[in-house]
Amino acid sequence: MNYRLGIDVGGTNTDAVIIDEKLNLVAKVKTPTTEDVTTGIYTALRMVLEQSGVSKDDISYAMLGTTHCTNAIVERKRLCRVGIIRIGKPATMAIAPMADWPSDLVQVVGAEYFIVSGGHEFDGREIAALNEEELRSAARALKGKVDAAAVTSVFSPISSKHEMRAAEILREELGALPISLSHEIASIGLLERENATILNAALAQVAKTTAVGFRTSLEREGVKNARIYLCQNDGTLMSLDYALRYPILTVACGPTNSIRGASFVSGRHNSIVLDVGGTTSDVGVLVNGFPRESSAAVEIGGVRTNFRMPDLISIGLGGGTIIREVNGEIKVGPDSVGYRLTEEALVFGGNTLTATDIAVRLGLAEVGDPAKVSHIERDFAQAVLNKISAMVNEAIDKMKLSPDPVPLIVVGGGSIIITNEVEGVSEIVHPENYEVANALGAAIAQVSGQVERVYSLSEIGREEALRRAKAIAFEEAVKAGAEPSTVQIVEVEDVPLAYLPGNATRIRVKAAGDLKNAKN
Amino acid sequence: MERIDAQAVEHIALGAALLGTGGGGDPHVGKLMALQAIKAYGPVTVIKPEEVPDDAVVVPTAMMGAPTVLLEKIPNGEEIFRAFNGLRNYLGKEIFATLPIEAGGINSMIPIAIAARLGIPLVDCDGMGRAFPELQMVTFHLYNVSATPMTLTDEKGNLIIMETINNHWAESIARNAVVTMGGSAMLSIYPMTGKVLKEAAIINIVSYSARIGRAVQEARRVGENPTAALLRVTGGFKLFKGKVVDVLRRTEGGFARGEARIEGIEEYRGESLEVKFQNENLVALKGDKVIASVPDLICIVNLETAIPITTEGLKYGHRILVLGIPCDPKWRTPKGIETVGPRYFGYDLDYVPVEELVKGGEAQ
Repeated sequence: MNYRLGIDVGGTNTDAVIIDEKLNLVAKVKTPTTEDVTTGIYTALRMVLEQSGVSKDDISYAMLGTTHCTNAIVERKRLCRVGIIRIGKPATMAIAPMADWPSDLVQVVGAEYFIVSGGHEFDGREIAALNEEELRSAARALKGKVDAAAVTSVFSPISSKHEMRAAEILREELGALPISLSHEIASIGLLERENATILNAALAQVAKTTAVGFRTSLEREGVKNARIYLCQNDGTLMSLDYALRYPILTVACGPTNSIRGASFVSGRHNSIVLDVGGTTSDVGVLVNGFPRESSAAVEIGGVRTNFRMPDLISIGLGGGTIIREVNGEIKVGPDSVGYRLTEEALVFGGNTLTATDIAVRLGLAEVGDPAKVSHIERDFAQAVLNKISAMVNEAIDKMKLSPDPVPLIVVGGGSIIITNEVEGVSEIVHPENYEVANALGAAIAQVSGQVERVYSLSEIGREEALRRAKAIAFEEAVKAGAEPSTVQIVEVEDVPLAYLPGNATRIRVKAAGDLKNAKN
Repeated sequence: MERIDAQAVEHIALGAALLGTGGGGDPHVGKLMALQAIKAYGPVTVIKPEEVPDDAVVVPTAMMGAPTVLLEKIPNGEEIFRAFNGLRNYLGKEIFATLPIEAGGINSMIPIAIAARLGIPLVDCDGMGRAFPELQMVTFHLYNVSATPMTLTDEKGNLIIMETINNHWAESIARNAVVTMGGSAMLSIYPMTGKVLKEAAIINIVSYSARIGRAVQEARRVGENPTAALLRVTGGFKLFKGKVVDVLRRTEGGFARGEARIEGIEEYRGESLEVKFQNENLVALKGDKVIASVPDLICIVNLETAIPITTEGLKYGHRILVLGIPCDPKWRTPKGIETVGPRYFGYDLDYVPVEELVKGGEAQ
């Protein structure tokens, strides 16, 4: 028998599951997330292995969804100093790299930047030839001063030639240094793509620590045969090699794992997903088994980026949300007792009235001691519940694509506070194993491939352009380790570039498939 | 408004993006250029059209091409000065001030960057009071001002000086030149005297943009609904509230045309709206009834943040508010309607002012 191990590091808890090759759940555990993250992962790993009783040699895949990278950016810790190369002169001189970054982050990450001649036009012509001498002298100036390099060339999503050549030259001059190339990370929009690339380069060390830490933990526990993957923010996996090169793509994998896991535990592929934690709840949308992506630029640690991120609404509502009555008016949150729920909530002998207490009082959940909330008036509890329902209804309505009722899948440790009364919803699914949906999302994740190009439709037509883009996405997914027979196109987007003749259109396609099912 | 500082740049960018009615692109790059110029050279002095001497020359400055290209191929920063100085040299006259040609994401910002660096004033007016896609779609054109001589520059150092027989030729030749130059270029256009400007421009547009941006930001700060503030400060009409459920696009003659279908939420539940666009939003239809059309402004904003959404950014699932804002009276003249009315954009319907349509008037 083959087994898969999935671990998801959340803000409050680290969850771990083991599933068998038919994707049946064998063991699940929850343990508090530790400040260093790694200790919590190690604990969860040990616990879940013990509980499962499966032979460690039979664990053939291990997946980790982690907040390591997000935390490093937000806390400005453990980041590399990055040498920044922009290829685009004589264009792009008007705005310097990192011009709109928070200054504390610039101090940590920003070494020097160089803008060199080169880059492409929207139609693939060169703006200027790549100036290799400029590039070499930039590299020499950076030598010894930086831990990583970030290279961004104008219109590299259309032609990556200059970035690829720059990487060769940097390697010749700087040796084995992690180099991030923008066309592999994000899409059209130079500054946002450059930002994402610089952040990616800055995370090289964190990625290494995370990857090595995970592998070491596994080995220490005797799991030696597993292929190791990290979760990406689009709901698919990346190999350890890949994760070392693109750590930025792990940011926001937590909510994504919840959405994917919700799909798995409920058997649904299209619905709204509500993930209720201790402090906040996320509402996302499941489209063909994957989270809907956000179309807007997303800020990470104060930096504007444009790589793929899930489309989410977060509301200040969770199992630990504090309930108050102020001048006869009921207030739900926004503060929460968070991870101290099991000490502070009334049902656990604490002194704070929380959403969990209300759920217990109304008989919706069986946790703690119901006698400790029996004094709460039923009408009051009902009024609180109505208020909670209204918050949930509003958030869900904002995410819906049409007025038609859609199913709602409710997951997460705090989801006991959600009743069966949500407007505009065809049914509410409270699936089994809801509390470890995110770790399951990690364990069952697929691998994907993506392409984004600008095609001239006046030359090849829309059908042919879509066909070519789909073929590339398919190949990319297979390259990433997908079983070809399972690869499906999961997303297609085409947007014409306005104000230009020639029908230039940006096409983006994503394909995803199951991991090749091979025992090592 | 007397001066534009960094704070005012933020406000103007937001307000102008709204008045851009879906066109004009994301103001981000333009904003960074304006902010950088103000940081280096100090705030920009804003003057009213009546403060421009009758015989002084003023020149609008702008970017032409695809906003998406500009977001990728950031300008060199010098091309706009070469366009400006090139036109000055050709005219053989000093230029007293600059102004935006339109209220739109990028083009509300470029003239601020120029004014800051050259130390000249920015006139509180423009040629559209909103955004339109073509060079002759300005009120200057209605007053027979010639678009040329104009200059067009790229980041490589190319500079084109054009004289054309009319403003439609200027649009057509410049559009093709811009593609050759790489999809985005800078221009100086419609040189005119203070006397003409006073008659032909749409006044107060810079300060109006700033007022809109300020109201939205203030509303957010105090926790008020920013879309309510938007309706109040613009005097616009709430046309619709809903979710974008479909966006169809096609490219025709270099322009992205298409329709967005929006399904109603809250008080509009059960209704649906169709917005037709060609870069800018042109016609809004509820069922088969027109509820607003060009030249009036049809603005789409994010329902929560009141941040304007461009037609390029319009996407499945967006939750939006649609506003109708009456256009400047200059556009409601016969020549104005002929230049930018629904028929010019290929719609077989007569223009009826939005304020009449919301009262129940009918467009044919």
